[in-house]
Amino acid sequence: MEDWVIIANNLTKVYKMGDVEVHALRGLSMKVARGEVVAIMGPSGSGKSTLMNVIGCLDRPTSGEYILDGEPVASLKDDQLATIRNRKVGFIFQSFNLLPRATALANVELPLHYAGGNGKRRERVKAALEAVGLGDRLYHRPNELSGGQQQRVAIARALINEPAIVLADEPTGNLDTKSGKEIMELLLRLNRERGTTLIIVTHAPDIAEQTQRIIRIRDGVVEEAG
Amino acid sequence: MNLWNSFVEALVSLSANKLRSALTILGIVIGVAAVIAMVSVGRGAQGTITDSIQGIGTNLLFVFSGGLNEEVRNPKPLTLSDARAIADPLSAPSVEAVAPMLQGNGEVSYGGESAVTSINGVTPEYAQVRNMAVAEGEFISEAHILGRASVAVIGVDTADKLFGRKEGLVGETIRIEGQPFRIIGVLASKGGSAFGSQDDVVLTPLSTAQVRLIRRNNRERVDVIFVQAVSPEAVPSATEEIAQILRTRHRTKIGEDDFTVFSQQDFLDTASVITNVLTIFLGGIAAISLLVGGIGIMNIMLVSVTERTREIGLRKALGAHKVDILVQFLTESSVLSLIGGLIGIALGWLIAFIVGRVAAANDAAINPRIGLDVILLATLFSTAVGLFFGLYPANRAASLQPVEALRYE
Repeated sequence: MEDWVIIANNLTKVYKMGDVEVHALRGLSMKVARGEVVAIMGPSGSGKSTLMNVIGCLDRPTSGEYILDGEPVASLKDDQLATIRNRKVGFIFQSFNLLPRATALANVELPLHYAGGNGKRRERVKAALEAVGLGDRLYHRPNELSGGQQQRVAIARALINEPAIVLADEPTGNLDTKSGKEIMELLLRLNRERGTTLIIVTHAPDIAEQTQRIIRIRDGVVEEAG
Repeated sequence: MNLWNSFVEALVSLSANKLRSALTILGIVIGVAAVIAMVSVGRGAQGTITDSIQGIGTNLLFVFSGGLNEEVRNPKPLTLSDARAIADPLSAPSVEAVAPMLQGNGEVSYGGESAVTSINGVTPEYAQVRNMAVAEGEFISEAHILGRASVAVIGVDTADKLFGRKEGLVGETIRIEGQPFRIIGVLASKGGSAFGSQDDVVLTPLSTAQVRLIRRNNRERVDVIFVQAVSPEAVPSATEEIAQILRTRHRTKIGEDDFTVFSQQDFLDTASVITNVLTIFLGGIAAISLLVGGIGIMNIMLVSVTERTREIGLRKALGAHKVDILVQFLTESSVLSLIGGLIGIALGWLIAFIVGRVAAANDAAINPRIGLDVILLATLFSTAVGLFFGLYPANRAASLQPVEALRYE
């Protein structure tokens, strides 16, 4: 039996926009194995973003079952979801989403703040930044870093709590080709070295091709699971 | 996240908008400063009034003829024999000293200068009962009373009006109502009081005043009897004893006293009721400005929450609980009001001090009293204002859904 880190069964999501009901997910099912690198692709309006929010525990499905790292999370409360996000999900955003006034160190440390507990935080944070090649930029603020460097900080932040999955939403979307390539290499290397499960949501076919499997979404269901 | 971290983080994010934070703090500064200054000045005024009432004597009781509140028909005047009866230690053991007085106004002159002032006929006990002391010379003695001597003790203000100086006056002769009196002493200054200046006065022996200055149809009659009780605790019993003696002597029916015994404490009570109302009133007006400052905080925090929606979304995505966000924003608003409060205390202190100086320069000695309780209260109150007005914006931030917050542009 395979070790599934994500098991989603028959997920639906309905938004109410005024009087109109929008069915973003219509009974979507998918699985991701531990240590896999998966791309999720789909045209806009396909329910791709909604799926990403549900997988990342930012949102709850209207119905259906979702088991993340062995824990059913479909109907947890807000604060319980926050804890799950903190422990099991690492986010990488298209626009980096770093705190502008905080140093690289403080940005990476943020998830540890919310995880509670003390211990050797600083050491862990430094190690994480060194792992993404920013050992010499610990005290720089985001505006003193290039786009590629900012995204590296974000990757270090995503990995700091050793999450079950790392969810990357167009991680190279705001970067030039060269930096984009470097970021992809870094992500794939981290996957090889640490076995981090990586889920990349993207439009770009050349990014998707670098993954092991492509899941295509259309009209709120999986069209092709690779 | 521990409190110190939150505090530092709040400072960092507040310093990102220095001008905005400074203006918000200013609202609280003005509020707190106003509260502290007003309450301190109010209390200073209260202290001044209390001091001046206490300055007129110690454990003092005033006995007047007639009723204080209602009209009494045909009240018998108080007499010297009444005073002597009150002084009897057997019937009034709570009484320390008794000083009957005749009160009048008259013209006093020296050389070309003349002034109209109050002329009081008193006995030697008057000095003790009213806490009077002479700056030079001597006070009226028993011998002056017996001899109906034409001598006078004058207040410094009167001395100043007549002679243009306040000392070296013993032995001079002044004319009171045209009659010559020799000055035997000058009273030490007591300053203004609730009853006008106590320094603009001429004192003569009671017996002299009776026959030569203040004529009454009854030779025995006096206007006021000042009574000193043996101790502050003895004031109520002294009041009762005096009332008993006078009821017997005046043969009044029960409940129809034709005299009034009024204690210094009654004056103090009345005055402190008035000044308390004044202090509360001033403090209340100042508190309104603190409230306005609080609304300023709320306004700025609401703007800040809207501006930082994405940041809030990110924090939530990284695992921040509702309470983490709540604490973050409450810390910011509390830090704003706390800083404002601290500066406000300093500023309020300064204002109170300046008001005290200005008052002193204008001969109205108000000594502002800045109590620790006021400072504590103002600090607590301003922090509470920060918390209260920060609560709504913070709650709004904490309740944001991460998905929508992250999508916010």
